[in-house]
Amino acid sequence: MTGDGGLHIRSLRVVIGRDAGTTILHGIDLDVPRGQVTGLAGESGSGKTITGMSVMGLLPTTARASGQILFEGTDLLTLSARQLNAYRGARIAMVFQDPTASLHPMLSIGGQLTDHYRSHTGASKREAKDRAVEMLTKVQVPEPEIALHKYPHQFSGGQLQRVAIAGALMCGPSVLIADEPTTALDVTVQAELLRLLRGLCDDLGLAVLLITHDLGVMSSLADRIAVMKDGRIVELGDRYQVITAPQDPYTRSLIDALPAADGASAGGRCADGADAARLPGSEGSV
Amino acid sequence: MNALLELNDVHVSYRQPGRGRLSAVQGVSLSLDGGRVLGLVGESGCGKSTIAKAVCGLVPVDAGTITFRGEPIRRLGLRRRDPHAMRIQMVFQNPYASLNPRRTVGRQIEDGLRVNPDQSAWTVADLLTGVELEPSWAARYPHQLSGGQRQRIAIARALAAGPDVLIGDEPIASLDASLQATIAQLMRRLALASGAGLLFISHDLSVVRVVADDVAVMSAGRIVEAGPVDRVWAQPQAEYTRRLLAAIPAVDGLGRLPGS
Ligand SMILES: Nc1ncnc2c1ncn2[C@@H]1O[C@H](COP(=O)(O)OP(=O)(O)OP(=O)(O)O)[C@@H](O)[C@H]1O
Ligand SMILES: Nc1ncnc2c1ncn2[C@@H]1O[C@H](COP(=O)(O)OP(=O)(O)OP(=O)(O)O)[C@@H](O)[C@H]1O
Ligand SMILES: [Mg+2]
Ligand SMILES: [Mg+2]
Repeated sequence: MTGDGGLHIRSLRVVIGRDAGTTILHGIDLDVPRGQVTGLAGESGSGKTITGMSVMGLLPTTARASGQILFEGTDLLTLSARQLNAYRGARIAMVFQDPTASLHPMLSIGGQLTDHYRSHTGASKREAKDRAVEMLTKVQVPEPEIALHKYPHQFSGGQLQRVAIAGALMCGPSVLIADEPTTALDVTVQAELLRLLRGLCDDLGLAVLLITHDLGVMSSLADRIAVMKDGRIVELGDRYQVITAPQDPYTRSLIDALPAADGASAGGRCADGADAARLPGSEGSV
Repeated sequence: MNALLELNDVHVSYRQPGRGRLSAVQGVSLSLDGGRVLGLVGESGCGKSTIAKAVCGLVPVDAGTITFRGEPIRRLGLRRRDPHAMRIQMVFQNPYASLNPRRTVGRQIEDGLRVNPDQSAWTVADLLTGVELEPSWAARYPHQLSGGQRQRIAIARALAAGPDVLIGDEPIASLDASLQATIAQLMRRLALASGAGLLFISHDLSVVRVVADDVAVMSAGRIVEAGPVDRVWAQPQAEYTRRLLAAIPAVDGLGRLPGS
């Protein structure tokens, strides 16, 4: 069970700040199995990113984590920074909510993608470049050969998000943590990326932890959905069950905020000062 | 009378490594009146942020004109932003780029309030409450916030300045549906109450539909369709707009990938 290449989070508690600090995660249990997309939803500030950062060993310096994060029988929380480096970015990769976080502003994209890949795999320059072009193509970055020579600021917001996804997939990780990976993508590109992630799960057994506020994305891709609130998991179940029969009030409020099935034709703009709870995150239409 | 903000046949290009120049914006004309919300939607990379940056004088315009209250927008030099430019506020697509990492969020909102012509308009606490954060959050630094919290602070800071033109570049992309509604409504209400115009940029037509009066749909550097948002939503004319609507994923719990 714990040696299956997936991720198993047990009683994860995170406290941030000096002295007693603030408890951000109050004991999280979550399985992220191989070949599946595990969705993580929840209010802004509920602890989704901190959960991902705990797995990566990238918590703020004033943070303390306890519990277990099991990957192939090893508890990642017990590893030293150097030991963790062997996993991080290679076996376990993360697409950060801020796409610039994983990219150095002064280095070309090609340099960053290939250096990282070569240091983890020992590939030649040529192989690394081919791999980078392959990944950039897969995530639909336009003109991948030119993109290699560009710097982060020379991409649009959505292009940079795709570059960050390519970077995370470079080393062929077993576990991918994707933190709001499609917020800057229009629906057509988003659909292609969802398809890519689905394919990696189905064909290569990738374990995906998908953090998203977008129920449309969740509904298309997640196999199971966990919902967080104030540092706790308040709902966990199969996609269909969570979306069609949510038990938790927060989950229900999210579903209720979606327009009715005929919402595609109605004008939904909020009158000034009037109730605006109809804004759809994404909705079924056409 | 002149529109508040007017773009006339604007062209912007960027230098590309080893390949000449890339035309990012190719002849865009737009007009924004006070008291109106104009949505700008389109695929990733079509030139939305470039238009926003051009309006703020952050990228040079190759051809065409951008005027604010009838006066041309100047390229921002090394000098301090002139007071004119302070009347245009932008919430950047990356909220990490909008905020100063070394100042508390309260101080940054105060900086905005200081240039507001209506000194009695807001307090820091009002604005924090408006974006659904506790007033005590004023003491925090940007790195102590979640992604969505940071996005809301960037919005509060821009609103604090009481701008005449507020540009939101994907300002609520990382918020959930109900918070998106609250914040979009806040931006609309505050901008319109002071007679400002709001240019609301998003790749998501379903978000724009809720906040905007009019919408311009962009593809590959050009406007392909423009009109009242309800009309564009219900009866899209351009083939591109139709495709954009068709790819919105359904929330049915069935695990279907859109567009298949
Ligand atoms: N360095 C820090 N110091 C103190 N508090 C922090 C720090 N980083 C995050 N927090 C707090 O921890 C809580 C959880 O943050 P986290 O980033 O995990 O939220 P999230 O669920 O990802 O939200 P969002 O959807 O807005 O990105 C938030 O209330 C945030 O303010
Ligand atoms: N500084 C730059 N140098 C070179 N090319 C750039 C630069 N900034 C943007 N571009 C290119 O210009 C085009 C338009 O970019 P822009 O940021 O305006 O797109 P956008 O519509 O905002 O996209 P997104 O929705 O992904 O943010 C893109 O192809 C982008 O790669
Ligand atoms: Mg987050
Ligand atoms: Mg942009």
